[in-house]
Amino acid sequence: MNLSFSEEDLKFQNEVRSFIADNYPADIKNKMDNGIPLSKEDILTWQRILSKKGWFAVNWPEEYGGTGWTVTQKHIFQNELASANTPTLVPFGVSMCGPVIYSFGTQEQKDKFLPGIINNDVWWCQGYSEPGSGSDLASLKTKAVKDGDHYIVNGTKTWTTMAQHADWIFCLVRTETTDIKQQGISFLLIDMKTPGVEVKPIITIDGSHEVNMVYLDNVKVPVENLIGEEGAGWNIAKFLLAHERTGIGGIPALKREIRRLREITSELPLGEGFLKDDELFMDKLNKLEIDLLAAEYSELRTLASMSKGGHPGPESSILKIKGTDLQQGLSDLFVEAIGYYAHPFMSEEDLASNEGRIGPDFAANVMPHYLNYRKVSIYGGSNEIQRNVIAKAVLGI
Amino acid sequence: MDFSLSEEQQLLKDSITQFVDKDYLFDVRQKNIKSELGYSSDFWKTFADLGWLGMPFSEADGGYDGGPIDLMVIMESLGRGLVVEPYIPNVVLAGGLISRLGNEEQKTNFLPKIISGEIQMSLAFAEPQSRFNLSDVITTAKKDGENYILDGYKAVVMNGPSSDTLIVVARTSGTQLDEKGLSLFLVDPSAKGVSLRNYSNVDGSKASEVTLEGVEVSTSSLLGDEGNIYSVLEEVIDLATLAISAEAVGIMEKMNEITLEYTKTREQFGETLSSFQALQHRMVDTFMAYEQTKSLLLMCAAKLTDKADDAMKAVSALKYQVGIAAKQVGEESVQLHGGMGVTDETNIGHFFKRLTTIRAIFGNTDYHLKRYSAL
Repeated sequence: MNLSFSEEDLKFQNEVRSFIADNYPADIKNKMDNGIPLSKEDILTWQRILSKKGWFAVNWPEEYGGTGWTVTQKHIFQNELASANTPTLVPFGVSMCGPVIYSFGTQEQKDKFLPGIINNDVWWCQGYSEPGSGSDLASLKTKAVKDGDHYIVNGTKTWTTMAQHADWIFCLVRTETTDIKQQGISFLLIDMKTPGVEVKPIITIDGSHEVNMVYLDNVKVPVENLIGEEGAGWNIAKFLLAHERTGIGGIPALKREIRRLREITSELPLGEGFLKDDELFMDKLNKLEIDLLAAEYSELRTLASMSKGGHPGPESSILKIKGTDLQQGLSDLFVEAIGYYAHPFMSEEDLASNEGRIGPDFAANVMPHYLNYRKVSIYGGSNEIQRNVIAKAVLGI
Repeated sequence: MDFSLSEEQQLLKDSITQFVDKDYLFDVRQKNIKSELGYSSDFWKTFADLGWLGMPFSEADGGYDGGPIDLMVIMESLGRGLVVEPYIPNVVLAGGLISRLGNEEQKTNFLPKIISGEIQMSLAFAEPQSRFNLSDVITTAKKDGENYILDGYKAVVMNGPSSDTLIVVARTSGTQLDEKGLSLFLVDPSAKGVSLRNYSNVDGSKASEVTLEGVEVSTSSLLGDEGNIYSVLEEVIDLATLAISAEAVGIMEKMNEITLEYTKTREQFGETLSSFQALQHRMVDTFMAYEQTKSLLLMCAAKLTDKADDAMKAVSALKYQVGIAAKQVGEESVQLHGGMGVTDETNIGHFFKRLTTIRAIFGNTDYHLKRYSAL
């Protein structure tokens, strides 16, 4: 057992640090640090900077353009990105669809789709949930009926994050109605420009436009866009969900945010002193920090065992539950920390204007963040579903 | 980044696991804790023969040069067996202090006998008012010619009844809460002025209340420098905190297994308890509590091994988490066993009792949260 960084690891850490310092665009950094929403171009600009360096698809096998890094190097890289407050990478292509294509796709499909993901030429979104199929995902009804060398797809997908920016959508569709609902599901890639695809925004309680409805009305999809066998989509979906859940814990970003909150407790006035003098508040902060430390090492243990072969298994469900608990807990502590100044609502236009903030500079994003983060225990398989997964796969019941 | 055990550590773990599964049977343990000694001297001899008692000592002292990770492996495995034999009082506390502070004569007198299991020792550190604060010491030692005179009272001294020699923390100078001015004395419990009130703890272990009234000890009984042992005492207690946390992690792992197995066999309403989702989710939560604690245990053992700057902070983070998880896993295990969980004949209640006393030993959650915050 050895958990310390080697000389090479420390050298690598310096390399990452100086790369970020030299290449993180000042205008994007300014937006990130001040809670101003990023444009699609901002996100792509940053992701392309990483792509050009070969540091975008870090988890992919080297033959497809991955890094071949050790677990420790990946850990260092994620921590440095988060610590510098760089934009969160959009996971749908690089962390979800990409691994599915290189694991289940044909050579032709790999050649066609992987370069677009790794070079950030194609923006992907995820077509899983439907209005009638949330936690019970396998009950999905979107139908794909074969018609010669095409499928004709009809149905509605929902909670589709950033579909408004997307070029392609990967969908779970029903190619057959069977007694066992998990059978008869297929994994299909659809070009968003195909006639019959329509995107409508869903505005969430924090006032932001992040998720959408995607309507599919007689959409004609070539059969070569099917990944894996027809009817084998559920296994692919499970493979992908396990991948989705590992990163979902967001531990590196939590470490940055808790550091920030600790700084804030020395800045926010309270009576004749500062918030840090409030023992009850500091107790909650310290408890959360210890919980985070435990989650961080749980994640490292999972990564270390993954590095010895195998895909992320049901352990990723534990990381999802712990990580999202912590994200919600911390977002709540930020709200508590600033009291009344959590209440003023600032629109995206207000935030981008030069008029100045109300209350402390960071205050404007605190409540929207808390509200927005109610989603984290719901998406990616709700935390109740994750407990079902652990009960079945880990406890064997 | 490597979390796996070395080949030697894996062998050590396998050998203790085999002992616990084959020889350390629950009904044998229950019989032993009711005996006057409170544990089995045969088993203690086995521990010595298999080299477990010598693990943390240097080769020069007759040991095996084991580190915090080896100690963790031992205690986690002993925890799974609910082993009551006093490993921590003898090897970690007394042995830890003597190997760090003892002069050649003291080392030669005590360490070989600790390693061979020939003597029993105890560290008398706590006092009624001190709770978990190691520097809160009223017991005094006054220099009197070639002797020291000890007066005071030591509370809940682990392994006190069996002890051939006590190591007593006493104040040679300073005021009640000072770290400076604390000294250690090797005291014969049969010496004039020493009286022990011996008793059993709820977890089956034995302890003593120790009264010291005008106890004369020679200057050769002084262990370490007069007035200057606090940092070593703290270091040894930190190591013991890792050890007892490892024991707790082993206990929690075992309790989760026992409880899961029970719910898979016990039937109500025509179904096994394990088929009810309300219970499944609670067992998932106790499993996660165990996993979180195990992660901090590994982190802490690694940091102590590396002598990291934040090793002390890691110890307090770990013991805080142990306290939280021990309450959750312990109470839920009993609840999921229903009435059987509160009977003396079922093993789960005995695991629960030990896990509950561990919550306070070397500092409870409040104490360690405060220490974590202050460091």
